[in-house]
Amino acid sequence: MKRTATILAGAVLGLSAMTLQAETLKMAYDSDPISLDPHEQLSGGMLQLSHMTFDPLVRWDRDMGFEPRLAEKWERVDDLTMRFHLRKGVKFHSGNEMTTKDVEFTFNRLKTSPDYKGIFAAFSGLNVIDEYTFDLVTEKPYPLIINNATYIFPMDSQFYSGEDENGNPKDMLVKFGDSFASQNISGTGPYKVTYREQGIRLEFDRNADYWDKESKGNVDKIVYTPIKEAPTRVAALLSGDVDFIMPVPPADLKRIDSTDKVDLVTMPGTRIITFQMNQNRVEAFKDVRVRQAIVHAINQEGIAKKIMRGFATPAAQMSPEGYLGYNAALKPRYDLKKAKQLMADAGYADGFAITMMAPNNRYVNDAKIAQAVAGMLAKINITVDLKTMPKAQYWPTFDERAADIMMIGWHADTEDSNNFFEFLSACPDTTTGLGQYNSGNYCNPEADKLMAQANVETDPAKRAEMMQQIEQILYDDAAFIPLHWQNLAWGARKGVDIAPVVNKMNFPYLGDLVINK
Amino acid sequence: MLAFLIRRLAQAVVVMFVISIISFSIQDNLGDPLRELVGQSVSEEERQALRDEMGLNDPFLVQYARFAGKALQGDLGTSYFFKEPALDVILGKLPATLDLVFGATLIIIGFSIPLGVYAAIRPTSLFSKLVMGLSTVGISIPVFLTAIGLIYLFSIELGWMPSYGRGEAGMLFGFWDTAFLTADGLAHLVLPCFTLASIMLPLFIRLIRSEMMEVLQSEYVKFAWAKGLNPKRIYFLHALKNTMLPVITVGGVQIGTMVAYTILTETVFQWPGMGFLFLEAVNRVDTPLIVAYLIVVGAIFVITNTVVDLIYGLVNPTVKLFGGK
Repeated sequence: MKRTATILAGAVLGLSAMTLQAETLKMAYDSDPISLDPHEQLSGGMLQLSHMTFDPLVRWDRDMGFEPRLAEKWERVDDLTMRFHLRKGVKFHSGNEMTTKDVEFTFNRLKTSPDYKGIFAAFSGLNVIDEYTFDLVTEKPYPLIINNATYIFPMDSQFYSGEDENGNPKDMLVKFGDSFASQNISGTGPYKVTYREQGIRLEFDRNADYWDKESKGNVDKIVYTPIKEAPTRVAALLSGDVDFIMPVPPADLKRIDSTDKVDLVTMPGTRIITFQMNQNRVEAFKDVRVRQAIVHAINQEGIAKKIMRGFATPAAQMSPEGYLGYNAALKPRYDLKKAKQLMADAGYADGFAITMMAPNNRYVNDAKIAQAVAGMLAKINITVDLKTMPKAQYWPTFDERAADIMMIGWHADTEDSNNFFEFLSACPDTTTGLGQYNSGNYCNPEADKLMAQANVETDPAKRAEMMQQIEQILYDDAAFIPLHWQNLAWGARKGVDIAPVVNKMNFPYLGDLVINK
Repeated sequence: MLAFLIRRLAQAVVVMFVISIISFSIQDNLGDPLRELVGQSVSEEERQALRDEMGLNDPFLVQYARFAGKALQGDLGTSYFFKEPALDVILGKLPATLDLVFGATLIIIGFSIPLGVYAAIRPTSLFSKLVMGLSTVGISIPVFLTAIGLIYLFSIELGWMPSYGRGEAGMLFGFWDTAFLTADGLAHLVLPCFTLASIMLPLFIRLIRSEMMEVLQSEYVKFAWAKGLNPKRIYFLHALKNTMLPVITVGGVQIGTMVAYTILTETVFQWPGMGFLFLEAVNRVDTPLIVAYLIVVGAIFVITNTVVDLIYGLVNPTVKLFGGK
């Protein structure tokens, strides 16, 4: 009798322990994903959603290394081929089992997505070996196969097959219109979407059949509300209406940090903020001494400290720490005296007048940074006519290269240094698309040659050397004005242990989130 | 009456047409919607192909003709972001905005009439001076500051009120969702409604006070005093009724203005209504939604003005709306 009672008590305890574990997370980001179709847009918001509802083949860990997910392991077969072995027994939300068929379906769909086709252009195809083995084949030796595998979130091919009620194929990829895939979702991820009112609220339930039984995550329901206004978002966290917010605006960092009931987690991000000096518009910018003078006149530390309130890491190059191309020897070089000397050497001691443009709602404190830079340039007698505008108007203006100095921030989609070079510093070429965002028209064939070599080099050590050399060349040429990498900041109620699940890419792995009572 | 309504309808059509032309012609200056639709690294060629597909590269008149043709059939275009007909999206958010406007109107009526009348009857009392002083302060504080102040005090420091959103809304008649039906919804309504009311409340207190003071000087009120009527009857029946005439006119116009002011209030409180939607649409360059919003708000203005004219005619029989001799 006594024993039965003990067993019963034990069972009750066990049960209550289990119910205690089930936690609801109320979170607020500054925006919500534009669609449920993971291939509709390549953006932070869509990738955050993908990591909640799907799983990639491979994902980044906190130290920018690779962590196997749906691909258990992979090996190089030859210079052009990488073989992947899929995890077995993984089920989609629909109950269908995941096989190479789904990976093939997803891969082919990525190749048609306007946003992703560029990233997957290097691949010539995907060869299915058996139900759980497949090869990714590239046209040339390609070093970023695993980087790109982090973008392959296998979709449920059976679920997305057939026709919807409008007679359109369910896998149709529409950028600006209604489609089955933009309203319905079936992935393998830790959460299923249960409710969605776009721009207002998203709700998720934990996937009971989630394959990753080792995950300690104990959140069984997520309520996701976009709160656009930063003060309101912070107020919602401080008043306890939400448990987790991102991003925390720089103005409120101190406040969140000093409040007992909430925790602040920050880390250096990977988005570089720069200015480009247009050599086609301003003759003086062709002179490396003038460019050097400008770079020496900019106080990156001061901007990071005063304007960004310590919420940025001063930069002297594009690659953030952790990237292969990061060159530890390059340091910010603020030196006003030297800057003035360089201007005098170049014959511009009296300075000149230029125009500058920057967005005012795209990057953290973008307009204030531009004003500060304009002020700093005034000290070397360069008078700046600054114009700032909303991002929607800024991008077309940027495409026209409408000012002498223009601001641009960049995050490498491939998490690889070469992506910065290809878009921001390569000689502009409309046929290859290189230098698409190089409004400075900076061009150094030597750097481009190294970049092309690094693109086909599969030995990481050699690639790192090449890309670090490119950073050195850009530094010596003062190809652009580096400012800082924006830091990332998350705020959470005490007990919501976000520190282990957030990362530099800003895709919190919420499936592994633990909430302690 | 019918002639009046028909004339108003004709005016409304002209107003709608002008609004549509204006909003359509400014859309090119708002920016490039493609930038918001695609990732940053998408090539110019891809973007041009998409623009062609969306018809954004067509000449202005071709685009407008296409828009107008569809608009005549009730289709104001499809929102880029919501991927649904723009009109449906806006009408779906209308109940939330009307909740706010209705709540704020209740607050304004509930406070402005007693306070305004009191300040008129006892212009020298300390309380009246306090009310008038506060109303000057109220009129000069920007609405987003009021909102943030209220959130700070009542949500963060005191923890009495929810800080954002609309809470759980109830259903009225099965199709109209309103936050007035649930306790949670009412709690969420308090701060945004007071914020919205804070713009108009001082104005109405001052308006009612000055109108009332003027009426109290008039001959017929003096006569009523001389007749020895009960002061309550004089103040609240004879004087107040005549005070309300101009207040109704101004009130009708201001309700339309209030719909416009919901843009700020809704944005700060993350209130899922039309104003918030509009600001987001501007940020995303969701042009079909912007055009549809302007047309809907234009329609609201025309309707409220028509209704006000009708009410005015009822309250003051000497006004002739419908022509005649």
